[in-house]
Amino acid sequence: MNFKSAYKIRDRYLRKDMLPTIFCPGCGIGSVLQFTLRAIDDLKLNQDEIVWVSGIGCSSRVPGFVNFDGLHTTHGRALAFATGIKMVNPDLKIIAFMGDGDTAAIGGNHFIHAIRRNLDVTVILINNFTYGMTGGQVAPTTLKGLRGTTAPYGQFENPFDIAELAVAAGANYVARWTVFNYIQGINSIKKALQKEGFTLVEFLSPCPVSFGRRNRMKTAPEILKWYQKITVPINRARKMSQEELEGKVVIGEFVDRDRPGLVRAYMEYVERAKRIAGW
Amino acid sequence: MRYPFVTGGSDFIQGDEAIARAAIMAGCRFYAGYPITPASEIFEAMALYLPLVDGVSIQMEDEIGSIAAIIGASWAGAKAMTATSGPGFSLMQENLGYAVMTETPIVVVNMQRGGPSTGQPTLPAQGDMMQAIWGTHGDHMLIVLVPSTVQEAFDFTVRAFNLAEKYRTPVVVLGDAEIAHMRERVNIPEPEEIEVVNRKLPRTPEEERMPFGDPDGDGVPPMPIFGRGYRTYVTGLTHDEFGHPKTVDREIHERLIKRIFRKILDNKADIISYHEYELEDAEVAIVATGIVSRSAMRAVKMLRERGLKIGLLKLDTIWPFDFDMMKKLAERVHRIYVPEMNLGQLYHLVKEGAEGLAEVTLIDKIGGEVHTPGEIVERIERGERR
Repeated sequence: MNFKSAYKIRDRYLRKDMLPTIFCPGCGIGSVLQFTLRAIDDLKLNQDEIVWVSGIGCSSRVPGFVNFDGLHTTHGRALAFATGIKMVNPDLKIIAFMGDGDTAAIGGNHFIHAIRRNLDVTVILINNFTYGMTGGQVAPTTLKGLRGTTAPYGQFENPFDIAELAVAAGANYVARWTVFNYIQGINSIKKALQKEGFTLVEFLSPCPVSFGRRNRMKTAPEILKWYQKITVPINRARKMSQEELEGKVVIGEFVDRDRPGLVRAYMEYVERAKRIAGW
Repeated sequence: MRYPFVTGGSDFIQGDEAIARAAIMAGCRFYAGYPITPASEIFEAMALYLPLVDGVSIQMEDEIGSIAAIIGASWAGAKAMTATSGPGFSLMQENLGYAVMTETPIVVVNMQRGGPSTGQPTLPAQGDMMQAIWGTHGDHMLIVLVPSTVQEAFDFTVRAFNLAEKYRTPVVVLGDAEIAHMRERVNIPEPEEIEVVNRKLPRTPEEERMPFGDPDGDGVPPMPIFGRGYRTYVTGLTHDEFGHPKTVDREIHERLIKRIFRKILDNKADIISYHEYELEDAEVAIVATGIVSRSAMRAVKMLRERGLKIGLLKLDTIWPFDFDMMKKLAERVHRIYVPEMNLGQLYHLVKEGAEGLAEVTLIDKIGGEVHTPGEIVERIERGERR
């Protein structure tokens, strides 16, 4: 990995006329965006062969700040839009920049089906345990007992583990880190970007304004310290019991495999179709 | 270009099949759908043909995903279509609005069935006319075509693609279960006999930077295609000519939305299509669209034989609506009958256009049967005896 100055990354990849970003002080989205841009830069990927797709939410505003083709779509639907782009032009690399509510609540169905199909896309997922843009409502990822404006006395539902969900649905690559895991995060994104099929890199990302404030963590450092408390590296987690893992979030690489992606599967289908039809 | 079906000849096929073949001949190379009666046969035909012409046919997880996928496909440069019926069309409304706002050429087919809700899945209706026009939220403008025969299902689908490309807009083809499943003889032209319109692409660096500008003054911006180096940002948020979100600027919102209206309304003469039968000396008129217009045409013949000076105005396009034409019709006749398979939708448009210059009477029918010519004759005879 090279350690190019952040200014160089900014000047090369961000749209100056769209800055400043909408992100609040202490928000982690900018960090994850930097990881992603550094991964692209390290891999020397062609900027004109990448399309950024997103739904609705804070993290979904990212495609507007980067100097690439970008489609900022409707809430939860990014991966369905991405399906059309990728299948029409398989040469394009698709990065879906998504939030936890966008992905796992309103977009849950598109998410699991995009994975089932093994759509060739890299999902960069911002998990801040909350709906930041709308002011701090609970999300399907909110851990039990944490507060949001729509569960002001503490979340009473079970959370989704998005990474585990992606593994179960059949993703080729799944990793989860916190924004604290700079090197691992960039390396995972690099890996994800080079693989066929569905790849997901999830980041626990602080939202002090909408989430932390309501959970006695008013600043990003407090949230990062909390991450240190609740996260467990995957190797250690494998030796822990279900009870010990209660309320914890596992980080690390969950899966790395090479099932054929949707594009390849469809290309083979077209050949079969022509053979059967005698075309 | 070789097609996996008859071209330059006639075939005896269902409306759904005709729509699929027309789409492919108009250049459609991407279809995303979800099974639903009575539109599934469109999907099945596309699934059969598209792989053979190097296109993509994909079954999505729902209708929301289907319309999302075709919008994505369109930005990647393909002509794209989805087809559905009432329940699926309801699910598509949000992204239909996204296509309006982002000026994405797509074709959405809705083969209407009885509703609301699951209603009468196998039977025809015209209950989605207002939904096709006004179904998505916010001020918006799109084009709605209504075929009345299997031949028109073919012709209007080709036209839908051309209008979508020409005006960078979603176009709805509003059929019904009758057209969907009925078999009729269809003349399928040779490929070179079909006029195919393609979207304007940016011609200058200036136009590349302004995917939502108006360089030609016709309200239709050239459309950059993803992956060709334009680095276009597309958003459903209110945006300026560059595509930058400008969500609290009144003037920019007004300029954007009014241009989207203008590009359609200023070209009504090009977009709107209709047919007149026996209207020259008519004292009474029928205004109808879709399958019902065929019964109405027969009713005109029967009533003419009985001495009533009556004619038919058959609308191929119900949106944009030609209110001026309706006013002119209302000036010529004393009463306008509007037979439709709902409890009054087109009726309201006709009435608004007539401006009280002629009495407008609804001949409604619901339940899944097309009006018979006799029923229309009876209602009109009763009305004219008053």
